[in-house]
Amino acid sequence: MATFLSRIFKYGWQNFSRGKWLSAATLVIIVLALVVFEILIVFTVITKTSLALLQDKIDISVYFKPATPEDEMFKVKKAIEALPETAQVEYISRDKALTIFKEAHKDDVAISQALAELNDNPLSPVLNIKAKQPSQYATIASELERNDWKPLTQKITYRQNQTIIDRLSKIIDITNRVGLILTVLLTLTAIVITFNTVSLAIYSNREEIGIMRLVGAPNSLISGPYMVEGIIYGVMGAVISLALFWPAIYWAAPYMKYFLTDLDLRAYLFEHFFALVGYQLVFGIALGVISSNFAIQKYLKI
Amino acid sequence: MISFVSVAKYYNNGSTSVALEDICLKIETGEFVTLVGKSGAGKSTLVKLIIGEEQPTRGKVIVAGQDVGKMRSRDLPTLRRKLGVVFQDFRLLPKKTVHENVAFAMEVAGRAEREIKEVVPQVLDMVGLAERAWHFPSQLSGGEKQRVAIARAMINRPMVIIADEPTGNLDPVNTWEIIKLLTKINELGTTIILATHSKDIVNALGKRVVSIDKGKVVRDEKNGRYILS
Repeated sequence: MATFLSRIFKYGWQNFSRGKWLSAATLVIIVLALVVFEILIVFTVITKTSLALLQDKIDISVYFKPATPEDEMFKVKKAIEALPETAQVEYISRDKALTIFKEAHKDDVAISQALAELNDNPLSPVLNIKAKQPSQYATIASELERNDWKPLTQKITYRQNQTIIDRLSKIIDITNRVGLILTVLLTLTAIVITFNTVSLAIYSNREEIGIMRLVGAPNSLISGPYMVEGIIYGVMGAVISLALFWPAIYWAAPYMKYFLTDLDLRAYLFEHFFALVGYQLVFGIALGVISSNFAIQKYLKI
Repeated sequence: MISFVSVAKYYNNGSTSVALEDICLKIETGEFVTLVGKSGAGKSTLVKLIIGEEQPTRGKVIVAGQDVGKMRSRDLPTLRRKLGVVFQDFRLLPKKTVHENVAFAMEVAGRAEREIKEVVPQVLDMVGLAERAWHFPSQLSGGEKQRVAIARAMINRPMVIIADEPTGNLDPVNTWEIIKLLTKINELGTTIILATHSKDIVNALGKRVVSIDKGKVVRDEKNGRYILS
């Protein structure tokens, strides 16, 4: 059994190393497929971070009339928290709002002076509400307006920002969908191209397959080396594509930061190093082996 | 050792064409049999039936006690390892060296690495290719390629070597070297079946001649000669 396996590995390596340009061409295709795969991963990371960033910026603020008693406001808070669409509700009291406001404008002399001249706190208590999905703000807003809390509130920001929020939630939705379609399409393309290339390589070997059968080679000894060759393609493809892709992303990462300050691709690369290498290997080997297997079934008549 | 019992083989491609009809033939161990006949007479079909590449339409082909026509395709490799086959177009593995091509037959048979290292050079020496062991087939002449094929065919000490027009692509000098080699192998006890349409070879050999014409055995003589019908 050990001799048998070592022979299969030897033949597989010989097929690969002596195939010269056909092996090289197949390898290039697999590398391209894997680079596409890597680009998809990074594309997903970029869209996810940017969308998360946008989503984070959306919220509804409910401004209460300054005279509203605190326990009434807490009732509203509780009621909104109970909604299934709500992710988080933050209560900011008048005093807290003032502190935040002062902190934000401490360098602005005019505002500081104006505040100092006022005896009273001019700010209203606020509830900042975040929904789980951007599309759910409408539900929360209508809930706020429908109830008998209306006399308590001074202003609800949703209506002001409605168009922006709606548009954003649509963009987020479309980006997610397009991203998914793009991923599926590109992955399929990569698989089909690789499959064709490997099939062609094995098809060109059909005479050799015939000779091996004539000498009395069992099917396992004929197909085994092609499997090994597929694994070699996968491993080498993964290594080469990473060697190309890694420096490119590493170099491009600082530029990406201009657009998306929260996105640190370099950190992402290092954090996910093993996962990325693993994906590459699994995807590469699967591509190589599945394609080889298909082609063998087709030309070997097992 | 090999016997054909009322074998017929028809090919069905649109219309039925008869390749072999009513073949009865017995080949004993140690014999040197030449199969003669014009192109298309049915020699290659006969060879294909022996190695199980084709199944007979009627009748039985028995090789070493087994009915080849009834063998399952996964049992065929075992049969083929007991036979050595040599073809006009050499059929060497282009990505393997001479040594590897010959060793392949032993590896297929599951022989040990140590044994392979020992036997392959001996056989290559016997066919006069010791110097060429690490060349690839594309670097060899036709005669050399055919000697590699013969080395591969005999390496597992088969009961029989079947050579289908082995000299068809060779010049006269190489032709005689191949024939001498086959004779030598036969003298060492291996049965040889040689299909050829070369009159010179048949007449010079003076062995058993089976003449085939239009799918039928028309003559079967010991110490026969090539007679054009």
